[in-house]
Amino acid sequence: MTLDSLALYLVSLATMGGIYAVLTLGLNIQWGMTGLMNAGVAGFVAIGAYTTAILTTGPSASHLGGLGWPVWAGILAAGGVSAVLALPIALVSMRLRSDYLAMATLGIAEILRLVVRNEDWMTGGPRGIAGLPKPFETLGTPVSQLAFLGLVLGMIAVLYWFAERAHRSPWGRVQRAIRENEVAAAAAGKNVEAFRLQSFVFGAFAMGLGGALLAHNIKFIGPEAVEPLIATFLVWVMLIAGGSGNNRGAILGAFAIWTLWAATEIMTAQLPPELGGRAAYVRIFLIGLALQLILLFRPQGLIGERPPKPLGQID
Amino acid sequence: MLEAVGLVKRFGGFTAVDGCSLTVAERSMTGLIGPNGAGKTTLFNLLGGYYRPDGGQVRFKGRDISRLKPHQRFRAGIVRTFQIPHEFARMTVLENLTVVPPGQLGEGLAAAWFWPWGVARQEAKIRARALEVLEFLKLTHVKDNPAEALSGGQKKLLELGRAVMSGNRCVLLDEPAAGVNRALLGDLTERILDLHRIGYTFLIIEHDMEFIAKLCQPIYVMAEGKVLTEGTMADIRRDARVVEAYLGHSGAAA
Ligand SMILES: Nc1ncnc2c1ncn2[C@@H]1O[C@H](COP(=O)(O)OP(=O)(O)OP(=O)(O)O)[C@@H](O)[C@H]1O
Ligand SMILES: [Mg+2]
Repeated sequence: MTLDSLALYLVSLATMGGIYAVLTLGLNIQWGMTGLMNAGVAGFVAIGAYTTAILTTGPSASHLGGLGWPVWAGILAAGGVSAVLALPIALVSMRLRSDYLAMATLGIAEILRLVVRNEDWMTGGPRGIAGLPKPFETLGTPVSQLAFLGLVLGMIAVLYWFAERAHRSPWGRVQRAIRENEVAAAAAGKNVEAFRLQSFVFGAFAMGLGGALLAHNIKFIGPEAVEPLIATFLVWVMLIAGGSGNNRGAILGAFAIWTLWAATEIMTAQLPPELGGRAAYVRIFLIGLALQLILLFRPQGLIGERPPKPLGQID
Repeated sequence: MLEAVGLVKRFGGFTAVDGCSLTVAERSMTGLIGPNGAGKTTLFNLLGGYYRPDGGQVRFKGRDISRLKPHQRFRAGIVRTFQIPHEFARMTVLENLTVVPPGQLGEGLAAAWFWPWGVARQEAKIRARALEVLEFLKLTHVKDNPAEALSGGQKKLLELGRAVMSGNRCVLLDEPAAGVNRALLGDLTERILDLHRIGYTFLIIEHDMEFIAKLCQPIYVMAEGKVLTEGTMADIRRDARVVEAYLGHSGAAA
């Protein structure tokens, strides 16, 4: 590997880590701040990715849309559609206890996966949607890659700002109270369902954005990209590893686990050919092992939750 | 002010509250006593909206509030504490209080994002108030500890603190004195009396008869889900049914 290609590899690694950081921030809003166990992250990633794919690609007979919107509009719409679709889900499921919410979201994500795979007229079915525009591409290597990384990092920064402000405000305090003891939160006059709904929708918005970035990054979206393993399990591992309840922890966890995930790819490439077919399982096993070690030795994550400084004590 | 009218609550085949009626007059300090398992806490849960009654009504200021959810009853002006403390475990003691006051601007995302100055101004006031309450409860030295690290008695005090932070004037206390040391109990009694003097209404469940005798009038006695009798401490002590209810059970006599 030459130095140039190594540098490019690191940029693409950071880009993917950053896209996952967007997803992990979304999950942190739902689970870390409020205790909503969303086991269907992949569903919202799919909504975001396919929304922008349908809106920004050129006209095509093999899937819905092809409206040729600009990329920025597609990405924002992806967040918006994801949030809007989260609303009815939230309305019916915010009353559920967290383990039932996990089952409900898991089921919904699975339904979406089947829709994506089978509704060819809309999603291109198993062939997916290709030819998404990637912004900055006219700038050539390596500027275009760096610019896209910049876009991802900028998105993280904006999202972090919104998430952190919310976390440090009375809104976030109520969310944590609900997470700790929903009966006592209701006894303190808080409308538990309404608060949960806001958190769920806010988190879903972030996941939709992340899904859109994912699709634009590889200029393609297909059913494999929104498999629960890739889009739900990894995000959960990232959040737990980084520190649930801590926005910085969520970002750090995403980059750390994505790096590890990429490393397992390099490691499994060294496997003898007769094991090569099992590489995918070995990678999952290694990530699972990492999760176990974290839970054993650092259950609070790399940067655990700490009481946020209230607004005004910093600003 | 607050009225239970023939309330019934069943758990499976067991009737925990069996046609209970009681009236908490405005600005009164009403007591509720009875042996263990009499149904006092269950009655509180009905008054607070945590259970849907199998019969009867809850009325507040003349209005039927039976269908209101717990947070709506809080907004109507009722606040309750829990016999088994319900602290926000991984939040600090101070946060356990500052989260309570209603009408916080920063509970809306728009203000949290775009008007932090307004939120900060309100936060400063709420924080000052919470610090006062902590000072009174002698919890100032643990204000930055997570609430889960408090002792059992301290958690009871925190329950009371949250009720005070609510600003609601109809306060239901479920065994506020249980586990609280004698020295502090005197202060606690004084503080409840202070609040009473400025117009608060209390309904207090308590096993500590001295505490009840000092504060409450009238006193209701419950046993086996029913209200046995009601009156002053002197009336109750003379009532043979009350003595029997207590001795007939675990013997936790007055
Ligand atoms: N959720 C529940 N499910 C089933 N039974 C219950 C439930 N809650 C209370 N009970 C039963 O109802 C009866 C009354 O309980 P409750 O807690 O109201 O008593 P209490 O008067 O508050 O007693 P104590 O003085 O010990 O606190 C008890 O026999 C209890 O076992
Ligand atoms: Mg009780």
